[in-house]
Amino acid sequence: MTPPRRQRRGPTPPTPPPSPPELRPFPHADAADGRSSRGAPDGPQAHGTPDGQPPPRNPERLYAVTGTADGGRAELDLVTLIVACRTPPPGASPEHTAVLGLCTAPLSLAELSAYLTLPFSAMTVLITEMITAELVQARAPVTRRTAPDRSLLEAVMHGLQKL
Amino acid sequence: MDFKSSDTIPGPRTEDQLPHTAQAAVKIVIVGGFGVGKTTMVGSVSEIKPLTTEETMTQAGIGIDDDYGSESKTATTVAMDFGRISITDKLVLYLFGTPGQERFWFLWNGLFEGALGAVVLVDTRRLEVSFDVMGRLEERGVPFVVAVNSFPDAPRYPVEELRAALDLTPEIPIIECDVRRRASSKDVLLTLMRFLHSLALSGALT
Repeated sequence: MTPPRRQRRGPTPPTPPPSPPELRPFPHADAADGRSSRGAPDGPQAHGTPDGQPPPRNPERLYAVTGTADGGRAELDLVTLIVACRTPPPGASPEHTAVLGLCTAPLSLAELSAYLTLPFSAMTVLITEMITAELVQARAPVTRRTAPDRSLLEAVMHGLQKL
Repeated sequence: MDFKSSDTIPGPRTEDQLPHTAQAAVKIVIVGGFGVGKTTMVGSVSEIKPLTTEETMTQAGIGIDDDYGSESKTATTVAMDFGRISITDKLVLYLFGTPGQERFWFLWNGLFEGALGAVVLVDTRRLEVSFDVMGRLEERGVPFVVAVNSFPDAPRYPVEELRAALDLTPEIPIIECDVRRRASSKDVLLTLMRFLHSLALSGALT
């Protein structure tokens, strides 16, 4: 029996920079919101269907965060670690109180989203707010783009070997 | 949105809390078709019970049965399971199991862009399900290894036959595994890390 075959693809050119920062609930489908930079220009989304129908749109997030109102950009990743800076101030919202309670020890944004059963994007909105208010601190992840050095990769290997 | 009162919010068990010294996290993405074993793999190596992060999105463009052009949009939830492994007291590794359909990937900022690399989990009974995923990773320049989850009734192909069928370059590791076993899942992750390390040595890692 022969397996089905596929054809290798190459890297696509770098994507253009994202659109200017803004905080915007319920984005409109046709707005330029940075998603236009995704994928190849000749990707399946770029063309209509053979029967002349318009191309299917991508699903949309309910909330989109591309930065804060003052133009500052909070780069929050699934694995950005969040740590509380203080105890809840008087009059803090239930959401803020809950986050501060969970983040007495560092916790990733993904874990916060899971424990609070909030969509990831809504969690990002909340944390962006709390960073601005200096209630929490974010510890940025190490990513492939920030060129992980060999010692980091070796540390991960060593850690896995101990499992 | 529904928000539970703070008294009822579950959090990590005390023994699951990260130390205060945890400075940074890294992530690896496990990607594959439905039922290929992504969540099983996450669960077999994670130090915490796997958790689920969700994203809510509007229905527009989700599927071919979509009522395209309709003004009414309904919200749909896409879920992603993940687990965690503490590497040192300063470094944490997160593993995310994600559906193979690229149109869901953008829902989580930097899911692949920020990852160290990816594991493409394949089932030889439905090899073609993983073709598009591999192509998308190649387009995005995300380094990946291929892990063949051995199901008892699945056809077995020699590695070189698989490599030819999947059109993978000789350096991309292909490894057989049984993701129900912790040792086997650990081997897959180590294979990916060794591959990333070799790319770093050759200066190919971007």
